[in-house]
Amino acid sequence: MSQVIHHEDHYDAEGSKIGMWLFIFTELLLFGGLFLIYSVYRYKNPDAFHLAAQELELFGGLFLIYSVYRYKNPDAFHLAAQELDTTIGAINTVILLISSMTIAMSTTALQKGQKKITLLLMVTTVVLGIVFLVNKYFEWGLKFEHGIFPGSEHMKTTLSQGEILFFGLYFVMTGLHALHILIGLVLILVAYYRITNGTVHANRPSLLENAGLYWHLVDLIWIFLFPLFYLIH
Amino acid sequence: MENAKHHIVPYRTYLFILIALLLCTFISIAITNIELGELTVTGALVLASVKSFLVLTYFMHLKYDRPYIRIMVAFVFLLFIAVIVITFFDYLFR
Repeated sequence: MSQVIHHEDHYDAEGSKIGMWLFIFTELLLFGGLFLIYSVYRYKNPDAFHLAAQELELFGGLFLIYSVYRYKNPDAFHLAAQELDTTIGAINTVILLISSMTIAMSTTALQKGQKKITLLLMVTTVVLGIVFLVNKYFEWGLKFEHGIFPGSEHMKTTLSQGEILFFGLYFVMTGLHALHILIGLVLILVAYYRITNGTVHANRPSLLENAGLYWHLVDLIWIFLFPLFYLIH
Repeated sequence: MENAKHHIVPYRTYLFILIALLLCTFISIAITNIELGELTVTGALVLASVKSFLVLTYFMHLKYDRPYIRIMVAFVFLLFIAVIVITFFDYLFR
């Protein structure tokens, strides 16, 4: 009982970094398992995956662009729509890559003591993350409209087993990834709050660094999701 | 005491890495538009690996951290590759 613990003195940058990395390893293996399932099912159902990836292109894209296209040229629509999902996927890739750069730069700004620039870069990251989620909302919404969602009657009656597997994996993997984006955004906002109240600063940057590491993990996963679901067919 | 070895990465390094990542993205979109069959999948995955290497090394500071974290990351990726190889041995020779 005689021991007095000084919480404010306990700061272990190396320790918190290792802790974050160990957590990231579990995340990598979680998604790794899903990638393994994807590759095995793709190997077992090559034709269905080929077909489903093309359907994904057909139904994908931002709802607004989709409606304008359809209204303007109903005949050419099917052709144009094929390019659409890749385009939205590519836009989301660019958004995530830029946001990864801004959160990485925010650590540099904090270490240099440029608090305003740090906060600005963090806000930029959060805004880009939200734009990513909005795009995802429209992408999913459009598929729901076409009866493509887990357990839908339309899928059970018109699609083959392999195609249902493809869409199941698509929803689980992009959904889990979107959940990670959401968690990453909360982490960055917590770090933002701690920087404004002065408990995270140039000499104690661990929280911001770890939030950054988490955000890069999300980027890392998307780097593999994008070609597997949007590019390859 | 920790701060002495804390490396501050300049802004322009991150900018160059972003440009490299965007280039890889556009190249992978371009090559998947051409029908090359199996080569398309391989090409896209190779480019994704290059991108993830850049993100891990520069954005995630592995280059500036002590080497043991790099070794741990490499170990996790090797473990994942081993699991994939073993699983496919099962499916290929069943």
